[in-house]
Parts: sequence; C-alpha cells; structure tokens
Amino acid sequence: MSSVTGPVVEKREEDGRRAPAASRGRSRSGYPRYVAGKVAGAAVSLFAVLVTSFFLFRLIPGDPVKFMTGGRPVSAEQLAVYREEFGLDLPLWQQFTDYCAKALTGDLGTSYQFHAPVVDKITEALPNTLLLTGTAFVLYTALGAFLGTRSAWRHGGLGDRLNTGLALTLYSIPSFWLGLLLIIVLSVGVDPVPGLFPTGGMESGREEGLAHVLDVAHHLVLPVVTLVAVEYGQTLLVTRSALLDEMGSDYLTTARAKGLRDDLVRRRHAVPNALLPTVTLVFVNLGRTVAGVILVETVFSWPGLGGLFYQALSVPDLPLVQGLFFVFAAAVILMNTLADLLYPMLDPRVGR
Amino acid sequence: MTAETTEPSVKPGAPGPRALARRRRRASVSRFWREYRKHRAGVFGLAALVLFVLVALTAPLTVGSDVDSVTDAPGQPLQSPSGRFPLGTDQFGRDLLGLLVWGSRVSLLVGLLAAALSVLIGALIGITAGHFRGWYATVMMRITDWFLVMPTLVLAIVLATVLSRSLGTIVLAIGVTTWPTTARLVRAQTLAVESRPYIERAKALGGGHWHIMSRHVLPNVMPLILAQTTLIISSAILAEATLAFLGLGDPTVVSWGGLLQDAREAGSVSSGDWWYLVPPGVGIAVVALAFTLCGRAVEAVLNPRLGVSR
Repeated sequence: MSSVTGPVVEKREEDGRRAPAASRGRSRSGYPRYVAGKVAGAAVSLFAVLVTSFFLFRLIPGDPVKFMTGGRPVSAEQLAVYREEFGLDLPLWQQFTDYCAKALTGDLGTSYQFHAPVVDKITEALPNTLLLTGTAFVLYTALGAFLGTRSAWRHGGLGDRLNTGLALTLYSIPSFWLGLLLIIVLSVGVDPVPGLFPTGGMESGREEGLAHVLDVAHHLVLPVVTLVAVEYGQTLLVTRSALLDEMGSDYLTTARAKGLRDDLVRRRHAVPNALLPTVTLVFVNLGRTVAGVILVETVFSWPGLGGLFYQALSVPDLPLVQGLFFVFAAAVILMNTLADLLYPMLDPRVGR
Repeated sequence: MTAETTEPSVKPGAPGPRALARRRRRASVSRFWREYRKHRAGVFGLAALVLFVLVALTAPLTVGSDVDSVTDAPGQPLQSPSGRFPLGTDQFGRDLLGLLVWGSRVSLLVGLLAAALSVLIGALIGITAGHFRGWYATVMMRITDWFLVMPTLVLAIVLATVLSRSLGTIVLAIGVTTWPTTARLVRAQTLAVESRPYIERAKALGGGHWHIMSRHVLPNVMPLILAQTTLIISSAILAEATLAFLGLGDPTVVSWGGLLQDAREAGSVSSGDWWYLVPPGVGIAVVALAFTLCGRAVEAVLNPRLGVSR
C-alpha cells in the first residue's frame, strides 16, 4: 500500500514544463524521476504560497495605506508618497510581478514597527526558533514513537489505556495555557516550591563559553517541555495505529514461528513496516507544531519567529506578518518534501 | 435520530415505504447506540458534553446577561476565591465563575459553527470531486492538497488579522482553513460508494447528478461526516481559544480564550494568581477532550476495522 494519507504532492499539468527531462524519458525511471517530481511539486506549492500571501493581504477592506497609518490624520501628499513607496499606485498585476521578483531576490519588504528589512528580522530570529523547535521535535517524536510502539504491542492493557488517555488529554490542552501554568508553578513558584526556571527569554547574562550554553539550556527547559507535552500525543497515536495495522499480519506469525524473541519480532519485523505511515503523518502534522511554536514562544518570550509573529500581529505590522506567513508555510512545505525524498529509503516500494 | 415521533396513519398490516424506511432508520439508530455504549470513554465524553451544553444554554438564567459588564461589577479587582466569589474576581471585579459560565456559550457556539462550516465545505468538495471526475476533480484535489500542507492556524491567524474583528471572522477563519481532511475522506468514500452496482442501476433508471449525489452518496458518507464533525469541533474550540488569546477575537464578547488573555494581561502569571488562569483552561481542555472522545467512539462504531485502536 502506498501512502494514501499524506498530501503527496505530485507533479501535474501545471508543472509539467518544469521537469520534463527527468519524467518523460522512459528509461530513466526510479529515484531521480521521483525526486524531480517531488521537487517540482514543492516549487508549485511555494509559488502558490507566494500568490496567497500576496492576495490575502489585499483582502483588507478599504485602503491599505489608511490601514497602515492606523487612522492618524495624514495629508493627501503623504498618502501619495506612501502609495508610491509601497508601489500601490501601480496596477495589480504589476504589483504582483514586482512582489514576486522582490521575494525571489530575498526582499520581503520593510517592517513598520522595527524600520528594518523583514528578511533581517527573520534571519535574526531563525536560529533561536530552530534550536527550540529542533530540540522539541526530536524529543516528542522519539517519545511518541517509543510510547506508541509499547502501547500497540500490548494494546488493550492497562499501560496502553493510561498512555492513550494521557496523550489524548495533553493533546486537548491549549499549549499556551500549559506554558502559563508551568511558569506559575516552576518559575514564579507556588509557596513551598521556589522558582526553579527562568520565566522567559533565552539568556540571562553575558556569560561566555560553557556557562552561556548552560544558561540557554536552562531557559530552554520549560518551552521544550510544553511543546513536547502537547505534541507527543499525536505521534503516539499515529505510531500506535500504524503498528496495530501490522499486528495481525502473517509475516509476524512466521517470525514468531521460527523462534524469534518477541522483542526482535517487534524491532526487526513490525516496526519497519509501520514506519512509513508514521513518518508521513509526523511530517504532515508539522503544521500543528508551527502553531505550537508560535504560542510557546509568545508565552515564554522566546526571541524566535513565533514571538516575532505575535509582536507583528499586535501592531499589526503587515509586511512582517506577510513575510513570516511565507516563511512558516515554506518551512512546512520544505519539510514535507524532505520527508517525501526520505520515503524510498524507508520503503523500497515507494518511488519505483 | 432523524425519525419523527408522530407517525401518519398507516393501514394495519401493510406499512408504506415511508414507514418502512423510518422503522429501518430507527433500528439502525438503536443499533448504533448499543455499540456506542460499549465505548466507555465515548459515554464519558457525551455526558460531559451534555453537562456543558446545559450549562451554556441555561447561562442567562443562572448568571444573567449582565455578568460581563465592567461598570457595575460586584466585587473588588483581583480577589482570590472566597465564599461569595468561588473562583475569585478579574481585574474589573467581575465574578469569574459567572464569566466562565457565560464564556462557555461563545466557545461552544464558535466551535460548533466553525466545525459546521468546515464540514460543509469539506463534504461539498469531497462529494463533487468524487462524483464528477476529470479536470474538476483534479483542480479540487490540488487545492485540497495545497490547503493540507499549509499550517492551518497560521492561515487562520492571518485571515483573522486582515479581516475585521468579530465572531463571524473567527468562524470564517477556522472554517475555511480546516476543511481539507474532511474533503479527502469524503471523496475517498464517495469513490467507493459510486463504484457499487446500485449506482449504475440508478443511472440506468435516469437518475441525474443531483439525484445520485443527494439520495445515494450523501446518506452513505453521512456517518463519516458525523464522526469528522465531532473531531473538528474539538480542534475548532482550541483554535478559537488560541485566536482569542492572541488578541484576534471579538473584544466585546467573553470567551474562554479571551479570559486567558485577560488573565495574562492583568499580570496573573507573575503574581502567581493561578485561580484566574486555571478554570478557563480546564474548560477548554475538558470540552475539547469530550468532543475528541465522542468522535473516536463514533469512528470506532462506524468503522469496525478501527475497533482495536479504541
């Protein structure tokens, strides 16, 4: 069975022109053709994101310039200057081509509130977000996969029911609320317990070397715990149901019949087959993680993209919101494409 | 469920087709309920939901509609829980228990409406894309796939930012961003249904597109839509809370997410006022969990293959 679940982005008519060399040649099938298809699909998706982010911000009712000035009294000349500066006096199609050309050269406009290029703000915050998200992603995937495998292998048992119940409960909790509670209990401190962790931010002083690393790690604990808590349930449930699908299979009976230990049956036979649907869904669900990151960074004042997004929303600083929207969507598309490229290595049936 | 109680007079011994259909429907509903009852988590979820809906519906009687007025607040600002105010008061001196009860109305309403909109779009696109093949289906599934990779909440946030602040905007923002999973599931089911011989028979007898989609496909995908709705309500309620917390909600109404935002702005985090923060979050989590449990139970009943994953 192939992956029916994921948004398997295939090449279609609209991008047929982009990858004809690899896809038309009958002799060159297999992995290169597969890669070309996926990359072309990702390029189309990225373009669609660009189109959306352009037109979405033209949805604003009324004059965008009036919206920008926030109702302050502005003279007609000033409005005209603004219009020219942002290219709003040009026809729509020309605005759109300008926008695309600029975006391709890495120019996403200027932030209203920081008076700095949006790209600079984003590249500044990106490493911090990658640190937080990367740590949390590794931890919650590992934890979810581990517990999910355990649950499925002994499904119906007490451990399974506890695990699934806890995962579903944590999955239903708003991440920002959990973060706020953790701050109250572990940072501010409830009476007998003193504050153990910083309430927010990424670093407290100007320590150098190892001390700085430890300081950042100390700040990282609570945000990562929050993200892992609200996200691992999804991985657990996905792993569990993927493994349950394999549980009744004949090859497992064969493996047991030839005398393999239960542990080895699971590790060598069942889990590798359950891996593909799991990986697909873990990457498809990255969109949810992006949302979690925005909220957790906001709550913990983490100086990353999510925190920046919140600052931009409250103004609202439209070029920054627009730029970050593009970055978030592009990140998810990129990760999904990477996952697509990984599948043939996980399952030789894909990409043939 | 849909069976009416007042039966028109039918000749004894010879029930008409309508009565037969009604009897069959009633039998399948009671069969569904018998199966559903076996899922203990689902029954708990349903009980919690009934309780919350009752609380929300009777709120005008129990707490009164002036509970959110800032001007004649009954207490002092930020009082901790006491006999008079079981959950304390907010920064304007309003009774937090009353606000919590009143807020459940908006949270549930937005969750239900947004889920209804989302499932409506999803079912419409799913059924039509499954029924009309060819370029229409291709284009529709392309759009669906594309929406599926988008980070849903980010899109909803952006929509809520560029549109005016109101409950309608929130419903719209959640509804138009969460439909793709439904569309895919419904389309797959539609394709399965339309490959059966009785659809061919209906076509041979002259059934048009509308007839086939509404009389044959829709009843068959309805169970799937039902389960999907329950699951989507849960995420819609979470999404509403998130948008309100980010300050994108309607500032004039009280919702659970809005209460959390108020709590944060009133500095209850740094002063350790846990009694302000805990109740709205518990409300959101319990209602979202209840809908998820119901949805999983409905899914397990309708799709016995999932039975093990209960």
